[in-house]
Amino acid sequence: MSHSKLAKKKSGSIDAKQYGMLIALILIYFIFSLLSGGKNISSMNVNNLIMQNSYVVILAVGMLLCVLTGNVDLSVGSVVAFTGAACAIMVLDFHLPIAVSFLMILLCGLLIGAWQGFFIAYLNVPAFVVTLANMLVFRGLTMVILGGQTKGPLPTGYVQIGAGYLPEIYTYIGGQKVELLSILVGVIASLIVIYMEIRSINKKKSYGFEVPAAWQEILKLVIIIFIINFFTIKLACYNGLPVVLALMLVLIIIYTFITNNTVPGRQIYAVGGNAKAAKLSGIKTQRVMFWIYVSMGLMSALAGIVLSARNASATPKAGEGFELDAIAACYIGGAAALGGSGTIIGAVVGALIMGVLNNGMSLIGWSVDIQRVVKGLVLLGAVTIDLISKKKAS
Amino acid sequence: MADVILEMKHITKEFSGVKALDDVNLTVERGEIHALCGENGAGKSTLMNILSAVYPYGDYSGKIIYNGKECKFRDIRDSERKGIVIIHQELALSPYLSIAENVFLGNEITNIKNVIDWSQTRRRSKEILEKVGLSGENVNLPVNKLSVGKQQLVEIAKALAKKVELLILDEPTASLNDEDSKKLLNIILGLKKRGITCIMISHKLNELSQVADSITVIRDGKTIETLKKGQDDLNEDRIIKGMVGRELTNRYPPRESELGDVAFEVKNWTVHHPDDSERVMLKDVNFNVRKGEVVGFAGLMGAGRTELAMSIFGKSYGSKISGEIYKDGKKLVLHDVQEAIRNGIAYASEDRKNYGLVLINDVRWNMTLSSLRDRFSRHWVIDRNEEIVAAEEYRGKLNIKANSIKQITGSLSGGNQQKVVLSKWILANPDVLILDEPTRGIDVGAKYEIYEIINSLAKAGKAVIFISSEMPELLGVCDRIYVLNQGEIAGELDKKDFSQEMIMKIIMSHTRREKQAI
Repeated sequence: MSHSKLAKKKSGSIDAKQYGMLIALILIYFIFSLLSGGKNISSMNVNNLIMQNSYVVILAVGMLLCVLTGNVDLSVGSVVAFTGAACAIMVLDFHLPIAVSFLMILLCGLLIGAWQGFFIAYLNVPAFVVTLANMLVFRGLTMVILGGQTKGPLPTGYVQIGAGYLPEIYTYIGGQKVELLSILVGVIASLIVIYMEIRSINKKKSYGFEVPAAWQEILKLVIIIFIINFFTIKLACYNGLPVVLALMLVLIIIYTFITNNTVPGRQIYAVGGNAKAAKLSGIKTQRVMFWIYVSMGLMSALAGIVLSARNASATPKAGEGFELDAIAACYIGGAAALGGSGTIIGAVVGALIMGVLNNGMSLIGWSVDIQRVVKGLVLLGAVTIDLISKKKAS
Repeated sequence: MADVILEMKHITKEFSGVKALDDVNLTVERGEIHALCGENGAGKSTLMNILSAVYPYGDYSGKIIYNGKECKFRDIRDSERKGIVIIHQELALSPYLSIAENVFLGNEITNIKNVIDWSQTRRRSKEILEKVGLSGENVNLPVNKLSVGKQQLVEIAKALAKKVELLILDEPTASLNDEDSKKLLNIILGLKKRGITCIMISHKLNELSQVADSITVIRDGKTIETLKKGQDDLNEDRIIKGMVGRELTNRYPPRESELGDVAFEVKNWTVHHPDDSERVMLKDVNFNVRKGEVVGFAGLMGAGRTELAMSIFGKSYGSKISGEIYKDGKKLVLHDVQEAIRNGIAYASEDRKNYGLVLINDVRWNMTLSSLRDRFSRHWVIDRNEEIVAAEEYRGKLNIKANSIKQITGSLSGGNQQKVVLSKWILANPDVLILDEPTRGIDVGAKYEIYEIINSLAKAGKAVIFISSEMPELLGVCDRIYVLNQGEIAGELDKKDFSQEMIMKIIMSHTRREKQAI
């Protein structure tokens, strides 16, 4: 039958597609390293890349869940500004301890998410409309609570989460100052990756399933370990591991685990793929939708804290356009606009592609206007290529 | 020599290297009703898509000779201009537009350039609607207010508006009940009298043997034979022999019933319409099912069978629901689908594409969807390896023709999709299974396998509720049949009293009583 042959191709190319985006990322990075004369692989720039893109990555991780259900959240940029402003006010005007302020702001994010989720999930108001409305509401509220002024400077303890580093242990290797913790983390991470891979292969074997060819596994491992250690060594030569990197990694791991390996994750895909069938399979679709927006609210608040910390101040215009960057990251990362398919790693890679493009174009001196044009075309191109390749496959 | 309107010669069509059609020949005479038969995936729809230029000239090899001339259609408009119109299985009406607008959709009557002449449109559509037996309808009504049967007729009206000469109908009666089907077939016979030639694809073989003048059988992308009225026998068994390549002596697998205690009982079940809580959809319905019993629900379209099943299944349908559900003598209160599943009830929807499967995901993924939490996960974490083991087991047990459990369900044939849905529910380990039209739109061979699955479920002591619009299969598979009519149980038949006439009689006399009561 014609079906069977296609399906075989398809199942083999799901992984290829994901790696395809990763390869595109590496390629773009490589091209800009040539164009910029190696500026963008400098230790400082690697550090900047991570710092600059942390909030988009955090938002893209939350946004992917919305995109999986075929929706988007347009309010995240405004919520980022609002939560950042509220946090700054708590610390500077009310003199609350920083940790308490952070916790209250995260709670505030959850409530904002619940507020939106309530309308979307239980009153069936289209997500586009609800989040568009809240984009206006929270931008307005930000202006109100800040009185149109920038609030700052924020204390060092606060700034630490956005611009700080994990404890540093310096040593000198061949005259180069090197931070040991970064190296250590890189090595440990590599070992964990190898251990996990071996464990998964053994488990597959114990069930008698097919395992991929050894050379494929080894190639995959080599690439992953190279990337991990490239970053950690670069960071080791600068100031060590940024706090936001740790934060980002924890979030990526948690969200990847949720979407791949848990029942709620599977339910999100089911609701996005076919809500009616999901409902008749015993999935509480409204509850799923509600919690997706609660999670998005939490991620927005987190990004709000990180952004205000990095800028050491809260501004009324903070976070403008972040929602679009996050949505674009999901689509570039291969998520389907109609919902039902997409991965966290894809969204992260999508966010990094945009980040590397931004950063690279800045380094070679292209203006912000041109950067926007290029980013727009990359989004259009990535989604078009994705759709065409899917069409060919069916 | 008869007057031939259409000849398709040596048609071969490949999909990425796989031959869907291999040297197919089809000859249709002017003014006849020509049926195309074959199992799902045999290539009937592909052939018709070539004729109507869904696949344009150049996408296939071979010749189409229409009215004596070779045709090289580039697109659907090309073929429609020549008078070839196809009506697909999925209706192509715009739900919120009026009947009149739909009849002339893409073919609008205009006076000056591109300005629609509404009075003319309404007048002409009224004329055309009369021809398809819809003379009473208000042409300004949006089509989504019409029943599926009437929408089907609007589709035909739309074809007539295009001055159709050759009408292709792909499974026109698939979603219709017996009565509506009969009406539709009469309309088609009426069209034949007007000189319109019809090509009809259908799985309902009894209909074909009634109306067709000739029948072409396609199997595995090849023409097997063409049977002609008057020369050949056009009965069902003969057609099936051509379709499956062997005689299917028994269309229903044999079964010994071993009935246990009453497993499931519904009492005084009353349900109102979900949007209009005054409108009674089901009134005081009572029924029971024993362990190991297959109980059928017969009825016309709109009798309330699906509504009954869904309202029982965790209130998935309706408002202001009252009545009681008992399982093994214990009263159940089911607020949602999850509770229904946890209490051992399963419902496989009549509409597997929209309500049964997540078509973009694979076989394994779909199979475990409703039992994920209780069977395939620990502390909310999914055990993928267990999933794979179970999916492989059921792929084998139910003979699902997929090349692996990783195949996307959207690319499976109807019968195999249905088997995935059944696997999903069997994996949820229910005691009561409600199967709503499980054989709709699937071919004879796959139907037989579905019946076998039903038998094995009953043998395992499950209570099976079997809803179907095809009376013969209810009679062939069930132990007992309830007849539902206008939201009420109109009668109950034991196996010894089974006959189509009895069912129809019950429906008719109930309808009459209801009318008198009003």
